[in-house]
Amino acid sequence: MSLIVKDLHAGIEGNEIIKGLSLEVPKGEVHAIMGPNGSGKSTLSKVISGHTDYAVKSGSVTLDGEDLLEMEIDERSRAGLFLAFQYPAEVPGVSNANFIRAALQSRLPKGKELDAVAYYKDLYSKMDALGIDRKFTARSVNEGFSGGEKKRNEVLQMMMLDPKYCVMDETDSGLDIDALKVVAQGVNSMRSPDRGFLIITHYQRLLDYIEPDHVHVLAGGKIVRSGGKELALELEARGYDFLKEETLTTA
Amino acid sequence: MSEAVQTLDADTKSAIDIDREKGDFRYPENHKYDAGSGLSSATIDYICDVKGDKDWVREFRHRALKVFEGKPMPTHWATKDLENIDFDKIRYYLSDGAKPKRTWDEVPDDVKETFERLGIPEQERAFLAGVEAQFDSEAAYSNVKEELSKEGVIFVNSNEGLNEYADIFRPYFGKVIPTGDNKFSALNSAVFSGGSFIYVPKGVKVKHPLQAYFRINSENFGQFERTLIICDEGAELTYMEGCTAPKFETATLHSAVVELVALKGAKIQYITVQNWSSNVFNLVTKRGLAMEDAEVRWIDCNIGSRLTMKYPGVVMKGEGARGEVISIALANDGQHQDTGAKMIHAADNTTSNVVSKSISVGEGRSTYRGQVHIPKHLKGCKNNTECDALLINSSSRTDTYPAITVKGNQHATQHEASVSQVSEEMLFYLQQRGLSEAEAMSLAVNGFVNELVREFPMEYSVELKRLIELEMEGSVG
Repeated sequence: MSLIVKDLHAGIEGNEIIKGLSLEVPKGEVHAIMGPNGSGKSTLSKVISGHTDYAVKSGSVTLDGEDLLEMEIDERSRAGLFLAFQYPAEVPGVSNANFIRAALQSRLPKGKELDAVAYYKDLYSKMDALGIDRKFTARSVNEGFSGGEKKRNEVLQMMMLDPKYCVMDETDSGLDIDALKVVAQGVNSMRSPDRGFLIITHYQRLLDYIEPDHVHVLAGGKIVRSGGKELALELEARGYDFLKEETLTTA
Repeated sequence: MSEAVQTLDADTKSAIDIDREKGDFRYPENHKYDAGSGLSSATIDYICDVKGDKDWVREFRHRALKVFEGKPMPTHWATKDLENIDFDKIRYYLSDGAKPKRTWDEVPDDVKETFERLGIPEQERAFLAGVEAQFDSEAAYSNVKEELSKEGVIFVNSNEGLNEYADIFRPYFGKVIPTGDNKFSALNSAVFSGGSFIYVPKGVKVKHPLQAYFRINSENFGQFERTLIICDEGAELTYMEGCTAPKFETATLHSAVVELVALKGAKIQYITVQNWSSNVFNLVTKRGLAMEDAEVRWIDCNIGSRLTMKYPGVVMKGEGARGEVISIALANDGQHQDTGAKMIHAADNTTSNVVSKSISVGEGRSTYRGQVHIPKHLKGCKNNTECDALLINSSSRTDTYPAITVKGNQHATQHEASVSQVSEEMLFYLQQRGLSEAEAMSLAVNGFVNELVREFPMEYSVELKRLIELEMEGSVG
């Protein structure tokens, strides 16, 4: 049972950005993808989740054997894929509580109503765990949120929707150290043998708090190196520049 | 916008749209009185005879007909679509000749069934203080709770109002909106029938709303109700109106005149939820007069119709008076919502507020026209105007024509306008959480109008229920 990306070629407006990327994230594991700016990290998250601006030329993406590329954006979500956004959108006039409720409702069979009392109980306990104020439920989705609040909201939604695979796109960007710790705690509390994580990050910092099982280095649209968590530390110490030399010599 | 949004499927459209089918049914016509097609002084006399109008009312109508005939269509600023109204084909008066009934049991079955299907008797039992239900030209049912009658509240149709309570209503009738205000106020003044005449005595605060429901059942028909509400000093009233018609092949005309008078310290809140079918020309003149420290609020939801032209206004004539217009308009394919507000400041320290939100879907077109007038000799007047337009498709259209005339330098006005689209990134975000494109669009549109939807009473209509069904804030503590 895995999220599997196989020989993926994809891009935007005719520009190929992902150039033959392969990756397997089995349930129960946390994989980190690191890479310099422009290496294709965010493109990968958009392609997996089905953003219509991006086109897939070849390759496959499957979730527990199901072909994700054949599915609409919302079908992928309901199949168990969650994307924590680097820049979550604002939805004016729609309260967080109603938004998350609508997302849960979309997972129920037609005609079945979400149990509102149980829903709020669950929501409040998870908000408490993330140190989110109760007033948050009535605020419009992400509108006027600080960077930290937005990322906490992403983790809250992730906890509420209970996905099989979480793709986290630069979740650490714009976070101070306290917010980072809270977010990491939330993620760690969700680690389980039934869930896989793909954590996309530019910096090693986040990985101090969320310990990955595997680290992959993305450069030029493909994975150029894979290793254990020590690879992240090596990147932190040496920077991404050494990769360029290595890729040149191995090419 | 993304390709996905430009090519909305039917599901998405119906998700954005609200319950448009609810009013689409009709019963066979059963009219004892029919003024026939076309408009002449003979039509006026026919209406006067059937209604037993007094001489002054008959003269009022005949004068109005001349004004109507003398005024050109306002197509120099308004849409040319007005020229498609064929006044010779319209039937101006249809009724069964019966007086409005005080209990639903006495109402003829087909008419009763009509209003039952629209949920009116149920709402009356649940939360209303009084109801008038108009079927084509006349009210079929009219009742007000006994305790209100005892307090001296009068709630009757225009005929009864002018015939039996002339001393109360005549001094204000046609004074807030003169016959010659515009071509359609003149038309209404000539052929008006039905509508509500309400008087709330000094200091009486009516706790529950009074409601009128206007139903068109006949084809090629023109509905011309006339409403006059007077709240005496310190009195308070909330009045609500709803309207529907079946979908006919030919155009139908609805042209009402609504006059509100709030005397010193009185408060009137007038709420409209219209859900006309898509071939109704809805050309309505609404204006309130607010005396010292009085308040007039128009809360207006315009859905459906082929063309709506409606600019509720408040004339703030006494010091400290307040006027407000809150409106939501939704223009779908083939529809034009031409709406707005008029705020006329005519005394010191008067305050007005206009908040307008429009949604244009497909080829739908929404227009905002606002007029704010503050003359030089006044001081301490304030106006706030906000108008926001949401465009769903690339073929949707919106126009804004604000006219703010402020003279003198002792006033405060502000005006904000915005045009926005449901962004691709917002839809992607919502869909990534599991909502279909239709659900995502519906949620985004709900969010756009949400702060205004809260101004409408929850119980009022199935139409708005669908808009607010996702809203259950605070329902679980």
